[in-house]
Formats: sequence, structure tokens, C-alpha cells
Amino acid sequence: MSASSLFLCLVGLGLFSFFFGRRRIHKLASGAHGVSQKQHSRDVYHASFLVICATFIPIVLLVVWTGVSPLVIDALLESFLKARANTASLGELNVMIAKTKAYYAGSISAAFIDDTIAEATTYYADLVARSLQARSLAVLLLAIAGAGLGVRKIALRFTARHSVERVAQWIMLVASAIAVLTTVGIVLSLIFETIRFFATVSVSEFLFGLHWSPQIAIREDQAGGSGSFGAIPLFAGTLMITLIAMVVAVPIGLMSAVYLSEYASPRLRGVAKPGIEMLAGIPTVVYGFFAALVVAPFLRDGGADIGLTLSSESALAAGLVMGIMIIPFISSLSDDVINAVPQTLRDGAAALGATHSETIKQVVLPAALPGIVSAILLAISRAIGETMIVVMAAGVAANLTANPFESVTTVTVQIVMLLVGDQEFDSAKTLAAFALGLVLFFITLALNILALYVVNKYREQYD
Amino acid sequence: MTEFSQTDARKAQLAKRYRAETRFKAFGIGAICTAGLILLFLMGSILISSLPAFTQHYVTLDIEISERHIDTQNLADSDWRGLARASLRAQFPDVQGRRDKRALGKLLSLGASDDVRDYVLANPSSLGTSVRLPVTFSDDIDLLLKGVIDRELPENERVVSNQDLAWLDQLVAEGRISRKFATKIFTNGDSREPELAGLRGALVGTLWTLLVTLLASFPLGVMAAIYLEEIAPKNRLTRIIEVNINNLAAVPSIVFGLLGLAVFINFFGMPRSAPLVGGLVLALMTLPRIIIPTRAAFAAIPPSIREAAMGVGASRLQVIMHHVLPLAMPGILTGTIIGLAQAAGETAPLLMIGMMAFIVDVPTDVTAKATVLPAQIYMWANNPERAFMARTSAGIVVLLSLLLLVNATAIYFRKRFEKRW
Repeated sequence: MSASSLFLCLVGLGLFSFFFGRRRIHKLASGAHGVSQKQHSRDVYHASFLVICATFIPIVLLVVWTGVSPLVIDALLESFLKARANTASLGELNVMIAKTKAYYAGSISAAFIDDTIAEATTYYADLVARSLQARSLAVLLLAIAGAGLGVRKIALRFTARHSVERVAQWIMLVASAIAVLTTVGIVLSLIFETIRFFATVSVSEFLFGLHWSPQIAIREDQAGGSGSFGAIPLFAGTLMITLIAMVVAVPIGLMSAVYLSEYASPRLRGVAKPGIEMLAGIPTVVYGFFAALVVAPFLRDGGADIGLTLSSESALAAGLVMGIMIIPFISSLSDDVINAVPQTLRDGAAALGATHSETIKQVVLPAALPGIVSAILLAISRAIGETMIVVMAAGVAANLTANPFESVTTVTVQIVMLLVGDQEFDSAKTLAAFALGLVLFFITLALNILALYVVNKYREQYD
Repeated sequence: MTEFSQTDARKAQLAKRYRAETRFKAFGIGAICTAGLILLFLMGSILISSLPAFTQHYVTLDIEISERHIDTQNLADSDWRGLARASLRAQFPDVQGRRDKRALGKLLSLGASDDVRDYVLANPSSLGTSVRLPVTFSDDIDLLLKGVIDRELPENERVVSNQDLAWLDQLVAEGRISRKFATKIFTNGDSREPELAGLRGALVGTLWTLLVTLLASFPLGVMAAIYLEEIAPKNRLTRIIEVNINNLAAVPSIVFGLLGLAVFINFFGMPRSAPLVGGLVLALMTLPRIIIPTRAAFAAIPPSIREAAMGVGASRLQVIMHHVLPLAMPGILTGTIIGLAQAAGETAPLLMIGMMAFIVDVPTDVTAKATVLPAQIYMWANNPERAFMARTSAGIVVLLSLLLLVNATAIYFRKRFEKRW
């Protein structure tokens, strides 16, 4: 049975056990002599208890089996092929596994395979069929056994509500642990692939190398066969684009936050604040399009008019547009911290004769400084991790340059370039993307923690 | 005192301070105006460049649907293109020579054959008769007629030749050219021909992906929020979970794409380019964005509600399920809708798992190969043909309108059902 029909079976069984459980407790409660008797839990809890008994473990089993059995079958197929083909080459083995699966799926015709593959396919088909049979059998048996046990538990004095609530709480705990699992998953998957990457490229070459050209030749004797993985040009490019973005975003974002919270009338605030926040709702691919097809040509032509040569994929265009994207981020976070500065501080400064702007510059902003610094740190982390704008508007070639008019590339661009398109999972080129991802993850994580630390350490508690 | 404040030095200093005040205020206004102008410029430039994509020029041809071109037994596979081109040639009897004939045929889109075929399939009685039918122009001719390609340019700088122009002028003079709303942009799947490329595949792909995202992230997010806000003891474990959720919200989206590639596709062997994997990756990203507003919605419910329920003997879970959750629902739904809107605009993680392939078919389930709206925009933006720029902008306009609609729904929900305690 397929996973979905098995699941539907379980749903049907669950519905049945709900109504069955409700009837049963109802019968018990109405008593033999027509006198209703007291029960510990309401009917619905007994019914739910029966549903949990009948379906919970089978569903977990179904999910786990469906997830794990392909891995087991693949391992079995690999050892089968290894024994048959007596080849030691891992690449050849992988090709054979892929062929077997493709033939099994019917996507290649019999003309492309030899006897070994045909045998392996029979073996594979047998394994798959047996796994499916065993899964159906196990799931259905467990469901029926669970339902049987559950029915026997239902009784007037049975504390069904306690059992149901305990299970519900466990499910909720697991749900909230998914977030932790995700983080663990991210870290583990990145680290595993990175370790495999560092088996071919040394850590110091990756972190401090000045030359990045990940193209690996298909044949070993081709020129430039090994590719080089020095990531410094990527870090420098990322840094430059981030810097340009901050030069745009910090003054505009901060000043508009100051104006909106200190000077603006409620009416202007009511219009301008949602307007700026609209910038935050625009998908990044739209900014990318804007940068690549509107801003970059505009800058290039404008630069040509005043005698500057701008690359059509200049760091400047990508940085400017990324700055625009970051403006609402800085402005709304700063707005919050400026509003959190107590009014008494402003009144005090005004009473000493300070003008409004002097109050802001010498009292409000210093008081809000930790929050503003943390907002800027968070914005930097956003800019470093931003992908679509740079993929569409920044370059692909890794230039180590400090000239914002030239084309540079970034960490995220390279991750996309290395992974988009066909890929085999063993080449250093693919694994390099995971190493870059790990660097990206830790830098953004560090910036976020730093931002949190700045707020906690330097914030003044006014109340 | 009065004497002192009257002195010139004092006056000058005061004037200076007031000037600084005005300057500071001007900076603030300048910053807001800059942001506003940028927003206007961004929206305006995209809207203007999208306009050409929403209309399409057609040429009305007299088409003789005879057996010379079509096989009446096998209508679907007949030579419709030949028929369309022959009908156009009939307008220009003096065009001779293979090259000229071919150039004339190139005025029509590859989709012109579909126009004729669809008409005949819909009206079988037209077989053997002659009909007047509007058929699609090719993208370059269409852009020229819209004035996007300047006809005053020298011949070698525009893609349309002088001969094409002469033919076009004749067609215009005969009143055979019409301009209609381009329905193909909503009804077609992707195509290499800009005038035939549509968003339907991407829209359906987005729907499938978001369905998976919603089904995976909404129950998990709400349950996690209930646990953390209402049930969990304040201990080390729950603190770790909380810090984790906040950090997860700040992880770059592309890292989630790497996770999806390594875990879902590579480890579990799920299909590439499928809405199932895309939806799961987006669900993991959306999870913190649902948990955080949901917790806020729970925290906004006054404790008196819980105490009253407990007072009449409800268990903790009964309090939550019967009272707190229904009251918090508007806030939860608003948060979920906004989270989904963000997920709908996300591109980078989906590139990692291959949801940017060239896919003509409309996906029919969550494991079919599919693409989503932002990825479709990205792919179109990479196409060199000029007409694709308008198509891309039109795609962006559709995407932004959808997001606006979704966010407006969220705001409506909040305004309509929000309770102040």
C-alpha cells in the first residue's frame, strides 16, 4: 500500500475509534438498570484516548519507515552491486546505483543497461516491494493492536482526560523542539559537508587564500584542473557591498526614525510609517530586478557621462539597492528604541533651554544608543545574508578590489552559483558552498548575539 | 540680565542654534522624502515597464481552413503554422523568394498556429470555410507597434528590418492590426517566447508550495507557542528553546536552502524542484515568524479569563483549548498570514532546491516539478529578449498585488476581530 492510502486507512480507523469509544463509554455510563453512573472523564476524552491508542504509534512508524527505508535499501543495493561488479571505484558504483534506480523508475530503456544492472534492478524491486509490504503489515497490526488495548482500558473510573492531556502536552513539547531540531539540522548538515570539503582543501587556504575560481575541470589533465578556493575576495566583496548598503541605510533610516518619532504630526506619522514599512514587504527578487535592470544601467550611463567607467554589475548598484532594502529595518527598530526613551528626559533638557534638536542629539540619541547600535548590527547581519539582490546585480567573478565601480562577488552569490544547476555531491565545488554557508551562518549568528549583548549590557532601565 | 541677552554675540549664538535646529529638521524631512521618492520611483518604474506586457497586438488574417494545409482526421497535429503563414503571405502576393517569405512568416509568433488551431477545434463547423481571425504577432513586432522599439532608429540598431516595417505599415493601413488585453500572461505556462510566456504554472506552483508551508508550519507553530507561553515551566530547557527560536528568525534564508538540499533532498531522497520540499523549507523559515506573534497574542489575553475558567473547574488544557485559543485566534491568523506572505516572496532557498527549472506544465501535485512566482520572475529577468523585461515587470506587479491583497486581508482580520481588554 502506498503511504498516502495507508495514511487514509489510519484516518478512517481513527474516525471509527472515536465514535466507537464514545458509544462504549456512553453505554457503560448509562448502566445496566437505566441508572446513569458517574464517570471520571467526559465522553470526548475516552473517545480521543481510543483514537490516540489506535493511530499515534502507527503514524509515527509510518513516517519513520518512509523516511528511513530508502536509506537502508540504498545501502543494501550498494553492497549488492559491490559484490557483483567487483569494482572499487566509488564513482562507477554511484553511476550503477543511479542507473538501477532509473531503470526501475522506467526513465531509461532496457537498451542502456547490462546484465548486472538488470539483476540489481530485480533485487532492488524486490527490496522495495518487501519493504512496502512489511510497512503496511506493521502499521495496520499496530493500529489494530493499539485499538484493542485501548478499548479494554475504557471504563467509568478510567482517567482518560489525564492520559489525553499528557499526550497532548508531549506533542506540544515536541512541536516546540522542532525549532531546536532545525538549528541542530542546519549546523550538522553544514558541518558534515564542510568537513568533507576540508578533506580536499585546507582550512587556511580557504580562509586566507586570495584566489577564488571553483571551476574544476572534468578531465584531470585539463588546465587548471584543481580549482582554487581562497575565499578572501568573497569576504571582501561582501564587506564592500554591506558597507555601501549601510552608508545608504543608516543615515536615511535613522533620520526618518528621529523625525517620525520626535517632530512629525500624528497624521504624517500615520502615512509615512506604513509607507516606509512597505519597503520591507517588497520581496528581495523585486529589489534584485530593480538593481540589475534599472539602477545599474542608470549608474553606468550616468557614470559614462561624467567620465567614470562603471561595470554594469558594479558593487555600487547592488549596495545602493541593498541599502534601500535595509532602510525600513533600521528605521522601525530605531523608532522603537527612541520611543522607549522616557519623556522626562526630554522635558528636563528643554527646561535647561536646549532646542529640540539639541535635546535629540545630546539626550535622546545617547540614551537610545545601545538600541540603535544593536539595530545596525542586525541590519549588517541582514545585508550579509541577503541573496537575491546580489545574485541579480553583483558579479560572479571574484575580484579583489576596493573600487566600488568594479564588479565584485559575495558569499551568497557564490553559494547560489555553486549549487544551481546539475551537481554531484562529491565534488569540492559543491561542498565549497556548504563551507561558505557555514561561515555565513556563524557570522550572522555572532552579529545577532553581539546585538543582543550590546542591548543587555548598555541599556539603561529608566522606570 | 536683559542687557546681556541683548548683546550681539548672544543674538548671533541664538541664531546659530536656531539654524542648526532648522537644518536638523530639514535632514529629517529629507530622509523621509528620500525614502518616499525611492518607493515611488521603484513602484513607478516597475509599473511603467510592465505596461507593455499586459496588451498584445494581433493581425487579423483571412484564413482558408482547407484540406490543403490540415489533416481533418488528425486536427491536433496538422500544419497550423504553415496555414497561418500562408494566410499572411496571401496578403502580400508580390512577395517572392524563400528568404522574403520566411522573413514575412517571422512576423507571426510561434503561438499564431495555436490561435488558429484553438479556433478550429472550438468551431469544427469552420472546416472548409474561410474565416477572419486575429493571430498573435511576434514579440519584436509587438514591441515596435507599442513604441517600445523606436522605429526612427537606424535599421541595424533595431531588431525589426525596413522591409518588416513596410509590411507592417501596409497591414496598419488595411486596418488589420488590433490590440487586446494579453490573457496569455495568466492562462499560459512558461515559454521561451516572451509573447507566449505566462504565469499560470508559477501561480499554481506557489499555491502548492504555500499549502505545504501552511499545513506544516501552522499546527507546529501554534502548538509550540501554546507550550512555551502557557504550559512550559520556566526552566533552562525552555529558555534554550526560546533563544533558539529568536535566533532562527534571523538566520539568512539561503542557509535554509542549504539545509533543505542536504537533509530533504540528499539525505531523505525527496524529489528536486518539488513544492513538497520547497514548502517544507519555507515552513521551517516561517515557524519562528508564526510562533512569535502567536505568543504575543496569547500574552495579550488577560489572566482573568484563565482564572475564571479554572475557577469553574477546567483543567489547564481545557482553559487553553476552550478559552485562550479561540480568543487569541484573530491575532494568530494575522501573524500566520503575514508569515505566509513573507514566505511567498522568498526566492533564495528555493533556488537551492532547484525550483527554478524551466517548466512548461502546470504542476498537478506537491511532488511534480514546479516553480514559484518569485523564481519565475528571477528566470525571466535573466532572459536577454527585450520583451521579457516587460514580462518580468508584469510578473512583479502580479506578485506585489498578491502580497498587497494578502496583507490587506491580515489587516482587515486584525481590525475586525481585535479586542482591547
